[in-house]
Amino acid sequence: MLEIKNLHARIAEDGTEIIKGLNLTVKAGEVAAIMGPNGSGKSTLSYILTGREDYEVTEGDILYDGKSILGMDTAERATAGLFLAFQYPVEIPGVATMQFLKVAMNEQRKARGQDELTTPDFIRRVKAAAAELKIDMNMLKRPLNVGFSGGEKKRAEILQMSLLEPRLCVLDETDSGLDIDALKIVSDGVNALRSPDRAIIVITHYQRLLEHIVPDSVHVLYKGQVIKSGDKQLALELENDGYSNVIKNAA
Amino acid sequence: MNMQSKMPITAAEQALVDSFVSQSGGLPGDDATMAIRNDFIEEIKHAGLPTRRVETWHYTDLRNLLKSIPVRDGNEGAAPVVSLLASADVISVVDGHVLECVKTADIGFSPYRENLADGSAAKRMIARGSDDLIGQINGAFVADGANIALADGAKRDVPIEIQVSHGGGQCHTRFPVSIGTGASGLFIERHIATSDRGAFVSSITDLHVGEGADVVWVISQEQGLADTHFGQMNIVLEANAKLTLFVANSGGKLVRQEIHIAACGENSELALRGVNLLGGDSHTDVTMTLDHTVPNCSSEQIFRNVVFDRANGVFQGQIKVSRIAQKTDAKMACNTLLLSDDGNFSSKPELEIFADDVQCGHGATVTDIDDNHLFYLKARGIGEKRARGLLIKAFTAEIVEELDNDALIEALENRFEKWLDNHG
Repeated sequence: MLEIKNLHARIAEDGTEIIKGLNLTVKAGEVAAIMGPNGSGKSTLSYILTGREDYEVTEGDILYDGKSILGMDTAERATAGLFLAFQYPVEIPGVATMQFLKVAMNEQRKARGQDELTTPDFIRRVKAAAAELKIDMNMLKRPLNVGFSGGEKKRAEILQMSLLEPRLCVLDETDSGLDIDALKIVSDGVNALRSPDRAIIVITHYQRLLEHIVPDSVHVLYKGQVIKSGDKQLALELENDGYSNVIKNAA
Repeated sequence: MNMQSKMPITAAEQALVDSFVSQSGGLPGDDATMAIRNDFIEEIKHAGLPTRRVETWHYTDLRNLLKSIPVRDGNEGAAPVVSLLASADVISVVDGHVLECVKTADIGFSPYRENLADGSAAKRMIARGSDDLIGQINGAFVADGANIALADGAKRDVPIEIQVSHGGGQCHTRFPVSIGTGASGLFIERHIATSDRGAFVSSITDLHVGEGADVVWVISQEQGLADTHFGQMNIVLEANAKLTLFVANSGGKLVRQEIHIAACGENSELALRGVNLLGGDSHTDVTMTLDHTVPNCSSEQIFRNVVFDRANGVFQGQIKVSRIAQKTDAKMACNTLLLSDDGNFSSKPELEIFADDVQCGHGATVTDIDDNHLFYLKARGIGEKRARGLLIKAFTAEIVEELDNDALIEALENRFEKWLDNHG
C-alpha cells in the first residue's frame, strides 16, 4: 500500500536535510511501528507523508497504491485516504468541533463522489464513535481542541480517524501524554480500525503502546534512514537494550 | 508669521455646498433651525473637508478620499427589505424618510421631521467640536429620523429594527433614543443600499441608556460598494446601565463610524464589539471615544478586522478616565487578520488616565492565517479555500458567539458568511 523509496527530504526554509535515503514498505492490513531516538526524523516523516509545505522532497518517491503522491497537496492526500493523528493536535478557537467534523467528513465524501451526510446521519455516526472512545458529547460542543486535556486531544484524534475511515493511518506519538486508562481506550480505538485493507503506521518511543497495538513489523529510524527492521520482538529488544547496539551494528 | 493660504475648494466640497443650496428649500425647519443648517454649511465651506492635519481625521483624509457627492434625483425608489431577525418590529426609513413605526404600548415614537419643523430639534443641532464633520453635515442636511423611547421598566422581548435603506442619492437621518429606567431590549440599526448607484449617507443616533437599563444595540452597516457612509453614535450611560454595542461593518466605499460614549453613572457596564470585513478599495474608519467620568464603571472593547484586496481600515480608540473615576476597569483590543499585501489597517489606541486606582489596557495585533491551523484542517481533507474560509469565520465567530441571543448570532454569522463567500 505504501512504498517509500530512497527518500531524501529537507526543511524548506534552511535546507537542513532530515530524511536521508529512507526505504520503507507497508502492506495493506499491516501495522508497522516506527521507533527511533529523538531527532531521528520520525515526526518529519509523518509531515512529509501528509505533504506539509515546510519540507521539500529532493530525491526518491512515495508511492501510495503504486502511485506517487508527491504532486498531491495535503487535502488531496487526506481525501485519498491518508490520515495523520497529530502528536500535538492544534487548538483552533472559533471553529466548533462538530462543525469541523461535519465539514471534514462531507468534503472527503464530496471529493470521492459520495453524497453529503444528512445531519441526523452525521450525528448518529459521531455519537456511536464517541461512545466507543468514551468521549462526552459535551466535549464536542467546544471549539476544536480548545481546552481539551492531553488525553482528550488524543482521543479526539482517534475519533476523527474512525469517522473519516482512512486507508493509511499514521499515528505520531499518540501515546505521549496519555495515562494508562486513556492509553487502553485509545489503543482499543485503533485496534478496532485494524482491517485487511487498511495499513497503520505507529510512531512511538515506547514498547508500552505496542503491548496494546501489537505491530506486524518494527522499523528503527536513525539519522533519516531505516537502519533495522524486524518483527515485534525487535521492539522488546530496544526496550531492554536501548538503541545503541542497533546503531553500532548498522554503522 | 506666515498666513496659511487657503486651499482651493475641492469638487466634493463644492458639491456639498451646491447640494445644500438645491435641497435647503425642501428641508424641514423653522427660521432658527434653518439658520443653524446654514451655519454648518458655512463652517464646512470655511474650514474645508478635514485632512490628515486634523488629528481626529489623521487616518481618514477626507479631502483626498471624498471625491464626489451624489445628488437626489427622485429615482431612489428604495423599499423596505426583510428584517435581520424575523421576529423584529421594524421602523422603516426609506430614502431618508420614515415610513412606518412600531405601535406598541411600551414604545414611544414620533418622526424627527416634526422636531425639525417646530424648532425643538435645534437643541441637538450642536457639533461636538470644530472637527465634528459628521455633526455638521448631518445638521445641515438632516431631513427625518425618529424619536424612540422605551418606557421605564419595559422588558422588551421583541427586537426593534431601525431599517435605514436607500436607493442611491442622499440620505440624512437622526435618531434620538431613550431607554427608560430599568428597561431592556434589543435594537438593530441597519444601513442598507438597495441599489448600486452610489449614495451619500449620514446618520446620527443619540442613545440615552437610563438607570439600570440593559440594552443590546447592533449597528449593521451593509452599504453598497459605491456609498459614502458617515455614522455617529452618541451614548450616555446612567448608573447601573448595561450596554452591549455590536458594530458590524461590511460594505460601503468610504465609511466612518464614530462612537462617542459618556459613562456618567456609577457601575455602568459597556461591552463594545466590532467586526469589520473590508474588501475592494474601500476605506473604513471606526473612531471611538469613551469618557469615564464617574467611579466604578467597566468597559471592554474588542474589534476583529478582516482585510482583503486593497482595503484600508482604521480604528481609533480613545479612553479618558477623569480624576474621580476610580476603580475604572477599561480594556481595548483591536485584532486584524490581514489577508492581502495591498491591504492596510491602522490602529490608534489613546489612553488618558487621571485617576490612580484603575485598570486600563489596550492591545493590537495584526496577523495572517495561522499555518498550523490551516495545515491541520487540510490534513483532514478540507481544501485550501474552504479551510481558509473556516478560519476567517472563526476569527469573527469568537466575538459574535459571545452575544446572548442565538437568533442574532445566526443572523450575523450568516451575513458575514455571505460576505466572505463573495471575497474569499
